[in-house]
Amino acid sequence: MGLEQQLDIPVLTTTVEKVVTWARKSAIWPVTFGLACCAIEMMSMSASRYDIARFGAEVFRASPRQADLMIIAGRLSRKMAPVLRRIYDQMPEPKWVISMGACASVGGVFDNYAIVQGVDQVVPVDVFVPGCPPRPESLIYGIVQLQQKIAESKL
Amino acid sequence: MSMLPRPPLEDALPAGTFQETETRDGIPTLLVPAASLRDVAAALRDHPGCRFDVLLDVTAADHYPRRPRFDVVYHLVSTGHRYTLRVRVQLEQAEAEADVLPTLSTLWPSANWQEREVWDLFGIRVAGHPNLTRLLTPDDWEGHPLRKDYPVQVKLPVKTYEPLELTEDEFRANVEADRRARRS
Repeated sequence: MGLEQQLDIPVLTTTVEKVVTWARKSAIWPVTFGLACCAIEMMSMSASRYDIARFGAEVFRASPRQADLMIIAGRLSRKMAPVLRRIYDQMPEPKWVISMGACASVGGVFDNYAIVQGVDQVVPVDVFVPGCPPRPESLIYGIVQLQQKIAESKL
Repeated sequence: MSMLPRPPLEDALPAGTFQETETRDGIPTLLVPAASLRDVAAALRDHPGCRFDVLLDVTAADHYPRRPRFDVVYHLVSTGHRYTLRVRVQLEQAEAEADVLPTLSTLWPSANWQEREVWDLFGIRVAGHPNLTRLLTPDDWEGHPLRKDYPVQVKLPVKTYEPLELTEDEFRANVEADRRARRS
């Protein structure tokens, strides 16, 4: 910018966009939404051993109205799909979705009438995390990928 | 395999209403026609030598293309006498879809939801049931998934409900109705 050199006091300049995306990516609040066994890995990720607090996403909220990330952890049945959509609609903008594990992403081993073959039929997905179930490190990697995506997003 | 203790069936049930069948697990098993199921079940529950006070399980099996097609299976337990008993009812497909099988929910309340499940997944109607609606699948589901002729995968779009949209007048009317309900 050049503004820094012309002032005597120490000043940093940036853009509003960078500050806002930095704030958004540094404080992701996931909604508590475990569907199946992947939720155990998700809880493990948020607990002390893997400690998602290092990446600023540890505050799981029981209300979708206070959350901006939905981690779909497990297989989604056709009966549950309207419920998931309702919870997603209740989350305030901006909001992101991580599809965790093989079942949520493509149906996994449950290639049958009862299970939705991919949650992107119900809600838009930002990051797919593969695995059955993914290890907590994988999910942390997915969250870091999401943070990069948020950092590069435009206002 | 050693047989489990056998309840005094000849005392409790009139002859000709049941037929005892061989099983590999040793649980005494009766084959009962649907017409006499209710009387047999009531006798098994109330006869002092039997006293089957617990209906553990109601389920069904689709043996397509066998005739008759369906088996409805009841598992009974007598906690006082420590008996276990299995009762089977065989139904043709036409019988399953007519009101032939009587409800046992008046004898054992635990039959209520289990008979709903049998209807939901096998399409076996239960006559006299207080609330024969779907239990496991969504309310607007088509077909009965555990039948052998039901497809494994259905290529149907996933049903999601539209987001709730209200006009301002409807919202105010709802709030007003809620306020009135709280006051009264």
